[in-house]
Amino acid sequence: MRYKTNPIDRTYFPDEPAPDFNVIGSVVQRSDALGHVTGRSSFFEDLSPPGLLHLKAHRSTRHHARLATVDTSEALAVPGVVRVLTHADIPNNVFTPLKLIGVQPDDEPVLAEGKVRYLGEPICAVVAETEAAAQEGAARVRVGYEELPAVFDVEEALAEGAPIVNEYHGHNYFTYEGHHCRRIRFGDVEAAFAAADHVFEWRYQSAPIEHAPTETTGCVVVPQPDGRLRIHSDTQACFFTLDNTALILGTPFNRLRIVGGTVGGGFGGKVDVAVEPVACVAAMLTGQPVKYVYSRYEEMQVSSPRAAERIYIKDAVTADGRIIGRKITLYVDAGAYSRHSPYGTTKAAAHLPGPYSIPNVWADCHCVFTNRTPSSAMRGFGVTIGDFALESQMDRIARALGMDPLRLRLRNAYRDGDLKAHRKVAEGTALVEVIQKAAEMVGHELPEEYRRMSSMDGGGR
Amino acid sequence: MASQVVNLRVNERSREFLAAPGTPLLSSLRDALGLMAAKRGCAQGSCGTCTVLLDGRPVMSCLVAVETVDGASVRTLEGVARGGDLDEVQSAFLEGFATQCGFCTAGMIMTAEALLDRNPDPTRAEVVEAISGNVCRCTGYGPIVDAILDAAARRRKEDAAARRKEDIAARWGTADIAATPGTADAAARRRS
Ligand code: FES
Ligand code: FES
Repeated sequence: MRYKTNPIDRTYFPDEPAPDFNVIGSVVQRSDALGHVTGRSSFFEDLSPPGLLHLKAHRSTRHHARLATVDTSEALAVPGVVRVLTHADIPNNVFTPLKLIGVQPDDEPVLAEGKVRYLGEPICAVVAETEAAAQEGAARVRVGYEELPAVFDVEEALAEGAPIVNEYHGHNYFTYEGHHCRRIRFGDVEAAFAAADHVFEWRYQSAPIEHAPTETTGCVVVPQPDGRLRIHSDTQACFFTLDNTALILGTPFNRLRIVGGTVGGGFGGKVDVAVEPVACVAAMLTGQPVKYVYSRYEEMQVSSPRAAERIYIKDAVTADGRIIGRKITLYVDAGAYSRHSPYGTTKAAAHLPGPYSIPNVWADCHCVFTNRTPSSAMRGFGVTIGDFALESQMDRIARALGMDPLRLRLRNAYRDGDLKAHRKVAEGTALVEVIQKAAEMVGHELPEEYRRMSSMDGGGR
Repeated sequence: MASQVVNLRVNERSREFLAAPGTPLLSSLRDALGLMAAKRGCAQGSCGTCTVLLDGRPVMSCLVAVETVDGASVRTLEGVARGGDLDEVQSAFLEGFATQCGFCTAGMIMTAEALLDRNPDPTRAEVVEAISGNVCRCTGYGPIVDAILDAAARRRKEDAAARRKEDIAARWGTADIAATPGTADAAARRRS
């Protein structure tokens, strides 16, 4: 089969020499494809070293509870069970994966300590000679819970008197440079609402989304003769996993080696440091190779999903379709722990108010802790759901004004030289041209005035 | 219950190994025989990454207790390329960009092999139906379906060439003047 590619439209780059356009439009074979079609690509679970032990977690059956008792004696009595780990076995049990870029405080235990904050949180790790024995052992750990009130809604979590989910923060929000949320203040939105011909306000809500990679999260840790640990993992972020694992183990980074890069689907869901630290501790304590791989159920239930978001957008609009003010209140449901959500919330703020030049912008973006499964990275996280809300808002405004939605966007699209709400001058903008081209391709007629618009003209607003 | 000896003919080799009762065929292939192409995506019959051919039929090997198929013949992705040459399905997947992460690929290819064995000229709808039990979460279904149709076309062409060669051989007692080298062997192997 010949792969067909479209010729490059160079209209927008007339001054660039044609020979420089030699990547897009050329066909390059993937370097891993031959391994995939012959079954020779090596995924982490394709390794089965002699003496391999299997690890399975005993997980919380409560959303929010104090751990009164944890009894591992029945688990230890299961034939084949070698060891049961608790938080006391983990050298530095409390961590947060983005510590390496300065996100603090540490707020998540590798194994639960004192209380559980979400359904499915790992409490004990059972290490056994067979997978079946590890499973049986995990099922026989007995935990006594003292139920705590749980909160599952971002706005309820921020209300007065809500139960505190994560004591490491002391309140149910992540703190940004002393503020309770990420904020944008640009111009005067209230004055814009007063001056507007129309004010539109709508609410948007997304659900958590599970990546469901075809290969579940997992690793095989193999102790080396020199005392180092070799970690075979399907992490999407080898060095990130290595550094965080070293911090949790309290070992120098060079005691660990990661073998990875072959990932059976990740989509952002495999950047958490979920399985390697506890598997490394198990390998260190037993001196044997250890495999820890999520079942499909665990992948669906406890691996981080994309965060659910709730977004309120209120716009000040003139009769001819110019948006002169936009006020946004955005909530990211981080679940019980930070993971990548404080960063995702910052990305959401950075993306507002969308690719439009709006002279008055006000935004509060909250990263909120609840008793739901901790959320984390997924394809454009922080941006994708915001875009869904912003573009839905644009369509609804167009409908309310009886205006062509593309013309509404063209009218408000940012141009080179416009000052954005973050006080950066827009450069290299192309929204106008992209909309014009898309309209042409689908046969959507635009009047002359709109076809003549350009990203290069009319900026400096 | 005690483990028992199981005999399988795997990729045309006789293999004998011990298995505890209830051991999935997938685990025996991977752990006892070291054949790692078939993957475990769910262990519950819902993803198809573990698909192998059991006496020519595609099965989800995570759901087959190995002692119940003692004596059967099994084909895995490792047994598809002969003598290092990719077969039509593999080449079509490779050249048609039908792999992304590659985790579903072994199951997809085995399902495609089974389809083309019983239906050399499937419609697009038949291909879609055939792979409906194979999940690709990278969602590259378009290129996968294209690749399977492409593989079918390649195979029909080769089979036609091989038949011509056999005709010529039957009539003239020689096959030397036939078209593509090697195809008659491949086609004969498949038909055997
Ligand atoms: S592993 Fe067998 S169907 Fe998923
Ligand atoms: S290529 Fe990744 S699951 Fe299909």
